[in-house]
Amino acid sequence: MADLNANAGVVPQGPKPKKRLSRGNIFLYGTLIVVSLYYLLPLYVMMVTSLKGMPEIRMGNVFGPPLEITYQPWVKAWSEACTGINCDGLSRGFWNSVWILVPSLVLSISIASVNGYALANWKFKGSETFFTVLIIGAFIPYQTMLYPLVIMLRESGDGITWLVSWMNPILEALGMEPFGRIRLMGSLSGLVIVHSIFGMPILTLLFRNYFASVPEELFKAARVDGAGFWTIYFKIMLPMALPIFVVAIILQVTGIWNDFLFGVIYTKPNIYPMTVQLNNIVNSVQGVKEYNVNMAATLLTGLVPLVIYFASGKLFVRGIAAGAVKG
Amino acid sequence: MSYSVEIKKLDLAFGAVKVLQELDLNIHEGEFLVLLGSSGCGKSTLLNCIAGLLEVTDGQIHIKGQNVTWAEPSERGIGMVFQSYALYPQMTVRGNLSFGLKNAKLPKAEIEERVARAAGILQIEALLDRKPGALSGGQRQRVAIGRALVRDVDVFLFDEPLSNLDAKLRVDLRVELKRLHNQLQNTMIYVTHDQVEAMTLADRIAVMKGGAIMQLGSPDEIYNRPRNLYVADFIGSPSMNFLEGQFADGSFRIDDMAMPMTGYEYVEGQPSNRAAVIGIRPEHVVTGELVGNAPLQYTVDVDLVEPMGSDTLIYAKLGQHGFRIRMDGQAIVKAGEALAIGIDPARASLFDKASENRI
Ligand SMILES: Nc1ncnc2c1ncn2[C@@H]1O[C@H](COP(=O)(O)OP(=O)(O)O)[C@@H](O)[C@H]1O
Ligand SMILES: [Mg+2]
Repeated sequence: MADLNANAGVVPQGPKPKKRLSRGNIFLYGTLIVVSLYYLLPLYVMMVTSLKGMPEIRMGNVFGPPLEITYQPWVKAWSEACTGINCDGLSRGFWNSVWILVPSLVLSISIASVNGYALANWKFKGSETFFTVLIIGAFIPYQTMLYPLVIMLRESGDGITWLVSWMNPILEALGMEPFGRIRLMGSLSGLVIVHSIFGMPILTLLFRNYFASVPEELFKAARVDGAGFWTIYFKIMLPMALPIFVVAIILQVTGIWNDFLFGVIYTKPNIYPMTVQLNNIVNSVQGVKEYNVNMAATLLTGLVPLVIYFASGKLFVRGIAAGAVKG
Repeated sequence: MSYSVEIKKLDLAFGAVKVLQELDLNIHEGEFLVLLGSSGCGKSTLLNCIAGLLEVTDGQIHIKGQNVTWAEPSERGIGMVFQSYALYPQMTVRGNLSFGLKNAKLPKAEIEERVARAAGILQIEALLDRKPGALSGGQRQRVAIGRALVRDVDVFLFDEPLSNLDAKLRVDLRVELKRLHNQLQNTMIYVTHDQVEAMTLADRIAVMKGGAIMQLGSPDEIYNRPRNLYVADFIGSPSMNFLEGQFADGSFRIDDMAMPMTGYEYVEGQPSNRAAVIGIRPEHVVTGELVGNAPLQYTVDVDLVEPMGSDTLIYAKLGQHGFRIRMDGQAIVKAGEALAIGIDPARASLFDKASENRI
């Protein structure tokens, strides 16, 4: 009897552990494997094709590994392939995309995070209405705004030209170059503005919900401690918001990097983003189709979002989860 | 007598919902005032108005003679401690304590000195370089108090600061808070729904209901001379026994019993005859050999006995009416027995049935 009592603590409790290879698990893992093969196979084919020479590709055997590995298609895709008039490969598009991405990212995220913070913590008369309008903005199909934006960019470019024109005599008198005609339409800065505008509703929503989930008493304590709008934003809110910033960065990087339509519409050939140039390389009608170069170019273009995903995977999941649970 | 905080005809509405209405309250210099009331009665709202965290709809708030109705929270000379501690999670304890001082642009040396002094008073020196996440609930609340302490404020505002702590810690910190008040002699306004906290800490208690103050008085007054039925019922555990009857010619009559109210202090002399309610605290009922000395003596039938260790709670019937009696823990009473009890009308409370006010 005494022994029984002594062992009472180690009597197994709770449900029996499930067998690893139950029917459900086989089905689950089977499905997962099939689905991942479905997604990985094209990637594999692209990879091997980009490492083959053209003669080898003509032999058929799409799935076979390269008999003779060559990096020439990658070099050509990056720096030699012709798109329209230029023959400097994707590198030009890559740098264009970088110059579009970085300012858009900084601009849209910094504005949206302050927006979200203000809407969550500094309610003003009509702030809820403002927020509702903004959210509706997220659901309007953006195709309807394409042409109005063309006009707006053109007109505001002229407007800015007019606004700064008073300085021209002064600049001339000082022996400096006067402002010429400032164009937003067909320029990188125009596209940056477009990306920032289109990112605003969803990013503001994201940040507002995150900041609304921060306990209100924390905000009140900071106010009692004499912190103002910006002090609270920079000292209290920002340090707590890293996960949601990661989410916003990933959303914006993939969105802006993969954008094609805005790039075509709001820029012009020598400043086309990488996606547009990729299209021009792959769809070029002159000469033979260089499948290996096309594959390499495609992989190169997809690399940036991929790197972002891998670099921030864990933080991304944490940010999404935080938003989902508390938002 | 100078007032530390004066609240004049304060109105506060959230949209169409009026939470506070024409509220007047004057708080003395160095007083420990407790706002006591059930959840949702507007205690936190009132405290937030005093702190400047809510814009008042109408009325005025003066602190130290200054009209601060529209002043920023940091300009009011108040410090606030919240139920959820509200420590800045990414800052160390030192960072938390010095945040307000840095915002006020105090010189570095003075900041360090003040932080050290507050940490000394609250005995949190060893925790200064930790983050809030690495502190226990009691330690966190101490840091939160420290955050108000370093700023050398005139008025401390507490919003249920002990509610998130477990029972034992709550008692410890309650005692510490009382000691702190004795030491600092600051004005403190303390919100709670816990009457034990209110009774033990307060110089005066303001019992609130529906955004209005039902009674303002010392714990003794609130307990012994509740001004209306609500306060009488709210204060005390187990709560007061109420019996409805008639007041006539200096006696309270119920069924065929008459209780002459000899020794009872009327609010404004002996009132006219009317329907009334008498309130008798379970702990003011005497039993055993004490019954012989009591002015009024009855016999009740015991329904149920709840021994609680330190004392025993008895559910009985006085005539047709349920009646609770609190007895010594040693008392041996069984259900079904008859029990002799004694009541002193001087310790009872009489209320007008219609207006529910004390008479
Ligand atoms: N921001 C708000 N908007 C609308 N109603 C509120 C708001 N804050 C509090 N209330 C309402 O005001 C009343 C008083 O709230 P509160 O002061 O927090 O009560 P207590 O602190 O006494 O529990 C409650 O009925 C609550 O629902
Ligand atoms: Mg409250």
